[in-house]
Formats: sequence, C-alpha cells, structure tokens
Amino acid sequence: MPIINVENLSKVYPVAVKQPGLKGTLAHFFKRTYTAIAAVKSVSFAIEPGEVVGFLGANGAGKTTTLKMLTGLIHPSSGRLDVAGYNPFRREPDFLRKITLVMGQKQQLIWDLPALDSLRINAAVYGIPDQAFRQRVGELSEMLTLSDKLTQPVRKLSLGERMKAELLAALLHQPQVLFLDEPTLGLDVNAQVSVREFLKDYNQRYGATVLLTSHYMADITALCQRVLVIYEGQMIYDGSLDGLLEKFAPCRAVTVELAEVKTTAELQAYGELSEASGRIAHFIVPQEKLTHTLSRILAELNVIDLTVAEPPIEEIIGQIFRSGAVGI
Amino acid sequence: MKRSMQHAMRKASTLVTVYYAYMLEYRAELLLWVLSGSLPFILMGVWGQAAQGGRFGLSSLDFIRYFLAAFLARQFTVVWVIWEFEREIVEGKLSFRLLQPLDPGWHHFASHVAERFARLPFAIAFIGLFFLLFSQAVWIPSISSVLLFTLVVILAFILRFITQYTFAMFAFWIERANSIESFWFLFYLFLSGLIAPVRIFPPALQKIVLWTPFPYLIDFPASILVGLPVNVAQGLCVMIGWIILFFGLNRWLWRRGLKRYSGMGA
Repeated sequence: MPIINVENLSKVYPVAVKQPGLKGTLAHFFKRTYTAIAAVKSVSFAIEPGEVVGFLGANGAGKTTTLKMLTGLIHPSSGRLDVAGYNPFRREPDFLRKITLVMGQKQQLIWDLPALDSLRINAAVYGIPDQAFRQRVGELSEMLTLSDKLTQPVRKLSLGERMKAELLAALLHQPQVLFLDEPTLGLDVNAQVSVREFLKDYNQRYGATVLLTSHYMADITALCQRVLVIYEGQMIYDGSLDGLLEKFAPCRAVTVELAEVKTTAELQAYGELSEASGRIAHFIVPQEKLTHTLSRILAELNVIDLTVAEPPIEEIIGQIFRSGAVGI
Repeated sequence: MKRSMQHAMRKASTLVTVYYAYMLEYRAELLLWVLSGSLPFILMGVWGQAAQGGRFGLSSLDFIRYFLAAFLARQFTVVWVIWEFEREIVEGKLSFRLLQPLDPGWHHFASHVAERFARLPFAIAFIGLFFLLFSQAVWIPSISSVLLFTLVVILAFILRFITQYTFAMFAFWIERANSIESFWFLFYLFLSGLIAPVRIFPPALQKIVLWTPFPYLIDFPASILVGLPVNVAQGLCVMIGWIILFFGLNRWLWRRGLKRYSGMGA
C-alpha cells in the first residue's frame, strides 16, 4: 500500500504578461493579459513507506510545485493525490502531524531568538508533551551534533548549523513523510555530508519515507535507490538510480584555468566544451576518455589549475534528454 | 474537553512568551514605537487652547484627559498584521505556517498580544511623566470605568486586528494589500476620535459615525476612562457586530485566497 499516491497531477498558473516599454506598461495597467503556464503536467507516481526517493529536474521543471501540492500548500489544478491517507490541500491537523517540508532556501526559525524558542513553539503547536520534547531535542541534536548551538540566536549560527537546526525543527513532531527541497543548498562539503548522514540515519531509525530534491548528485547517490526525473513538467523517468546512470555515458566535469586565453575552436579540440569565459574552460568528458583527455590538456596547454568533478544534475538530465535516451 | 483546553492554554502561553522574548529584542525600537503614537499630545495642546472659548461643551481639562486616554487606547490597539502577512505571502513564508496544525492567524495575534505587554511599561512611564509635569490633569477613574475600559479596549484591539487581517487577505490577489489599509486609515484618523472627540462632531454626522467601527477604537474607550457619558450597550453591540462581520469575511477570503496561493519563492 503506497504512502504517496499521485495520479495525473497537474498545476496551471496564470501569469500576467507585460510587453516592455511605456506602451506595454500602459497596456498592462489598463488591461492585464494572462497566459496559463503549466508547471506540472499530468504526473503520476507512487511511493511505498520507508522509501527514499530522489526527485530530479532542472530549475523550473516542476519539482517544487509538485512538493507544494504534496504538502497541501497549493491547490492542484487537476488530478488526484493521496499522502498518508489524506487529501493534502484539506490540511487536516492529523495529516499535518504526519508530514514535514524542509526548504533549503527558506527558514522557519525566528532569526533573532535562539532555536530553542522556535522549537518550544513547535512543541506547543504539535502538542508534544514536555518530557517527550526534551527527549526528542536531546536525541535529534545529538544526531545532528548541535546540542550547544540551540541556545544561541539563530542569526549567530553558521549556514550549516542553521540548516541542521531547521531540520531539527522540521522533525520534532516525528513525521512519517519527509519532503526535502534542496536540504543541502549552499552548504560546504562537510556540512553536506553530515546532513546526508543524518537523513540516512533518520530514515533507518524511524522508517520514514523521504522525497528529496537536490542539485548535488552526491545527495542522490548517497541516499536514494530510486529517482523520479521531471522535465518541463512531465515525468520522464521513474526507476533505479543505476538505471538512470546507465542511460547515458557517465561523464565528469573538467574545469581548467589557463595561463592565456584560447579561442573556442582551439578548446573544442579537447572535448565537449560546455562553457568558456576568459581563461576558464569547462568540459564534459566521458568517463572512459578522462585519463586521455586530461593528459592531453596538461601536455599541450599551459594549465594553472585543473579540477575534476561530477557534473551537475542539470547537466546529466540535459544530456539524457538531448541524447533521447528517455523518451516522453 | 479538559485536555484540549490545556493544549490550547499551552499553545497560547508558549506563543505569547516566545513572542514577548522576540519583542524585547527591540528595546530601543519599543520606546520609539510608543512615542510615535503621541499625536494625541499634540492635539491635546491644540484643543486645550481652542476650548478656552467654551464653544465645545468640554473644558480644557476634559480635552487634556480625553487625549491622554486616547493615547492609552491607541497604545493598546496598534496593529501591523497587514504588513507582516503581506511579507509572508510575497516571500513565501506563509508556507511554513500552513504546514503546522495551527491557523497562521494565531501567530500574528499572539505576537500582537506579546507586544502589548512589552509596550505597556513604556506607555505607563510616559503617562506618569505627563502627570508629574501637569498635576492638575490627574484624575482617578472609578473601578467600574477601569474594568469597562479594559473590556472595551480588548474588544477594540480585536476589532482593529480582525479588520486589518481581513484586508491583509487581499494580498492573495493584489501585490500591495496595505494600500487598502492606507485608505481605511484616512477614515480611521478622522472618525475614530484621534483628531477630535466624536461628541463635538455635527449631530447628523455623529449619528452615522456611531454605526461605523471607527469611534469604538479610540473615542469610546477613551470617553469611558475619562467618565464622559456614552451609550455602553449600543457601543458593545456595534463592536461585536463588526467583529462578527469581519471575522466571517476574513474566513471566506482566507479559504478562497489559499486556492490562489502559489507559495512564491518557496
């Protein structure tokens, strides 16, 4: 029995259109025209309890809109959805007690007060008794290595500490279903790793279901066995992560800083050039050609600095889509 | 039943104490906020002078006491929920509130109540200082008028809050809902008794004004505290009527607005 069940879910936003210039401004003032933008188009999927699922897609693909519908924040234009046995948009208290949403670029903690004060509000709102509150805060802050930070004003915390405190606040009521929208956004590598480990630990300890979006491939590979890929509002892939990676030749992103500026044509001789500006060039290199390409670059060009990284998810999805590996 | 009461009490006390701590973070601002409500003191001087001609049926001393009471009533009824709510909509922060099993309105209400407690000592000190300087203005209201004033000022706060929170709902449809409040404030300024007591208005105008919510926000509580004659029963009925009306409108707009909410930026 799936804990999340989505059938033909769609969301259409009316967006006001304005032409540039004074004429356009006046026209916009007197007679506003709207176009309907379909952010999510007939998406269907089901998630079983305890699963950790990665939700991938480029910016504006419809990930956040889908999460907002699943958490009852926005009203779907059409389709059916069921989360933990409830219709999310009704926002029944029993439903809200079962879910949580963490948004990497937003914060719920009161900025000028210690996190513990915000946690006290959450405890009261969710009706968590004092004893359970202390025990949960102790347990979660230990898992997050955060205990001495909770009495400091939130504004004094580092970005990583603040994100951990946000997670604590979002999980205080022990939700069964976690919706995480870019939970590691902007964090340094260490903080990313500890947030990831915490989520893994939390999923195993409480058997919670997790649906997570991220721009960092490492988040997805560390946590998710299954991924959903959304492209321009439509679901284009639902299956294992390995299956997704098999669909295209695995690549690396190579960034090179050169001593002098080279033309695009000169650089293209070394591989697929994704971006070049000044002395910096970015290549996407297939895994099997990596050693060969790197030795050529180092031998033939005057290199100041060179880094090899996993390509951003955007790149992977773009590539999958361009190569036609996954049809709609 | 008893348990749900306890839960509600715990929610209320936690919200108010945490928001009280939040307000106390702004010590210097609090003093300025209190002082920014000192318009009645300026008008007190103007009307005190004007009343010496004896044309208004109120003495200079009446005017001084009236505006002092108006100052106090205003301190209890300052509301800014529309700006907060609009910010929550524009920045998408309403999303976090919507995720919790508590109507988001209670957060705003609790923060206003908490601010009253934080503001009160400054306002009392201000009035104390005034009495020290103008000891002839001192008067001791009767216990019953103090109790009635307390009741009325609480209702006035609720009325002011629910009207502004209702206008705030328009933030779901328009970019700057506070323009509605700015327009409303114009009527508030003249008809509430902040600029002049309603009893010196032309009788025909007075009759109309007494059916609007405005005079009950300042003039009505201030008159009660000073001991000027008012129609208490009619006043309370009109206040409660407007509160119920705006509450209904508020919930209706809230439900419709949520369907339009897109959680911008979040």
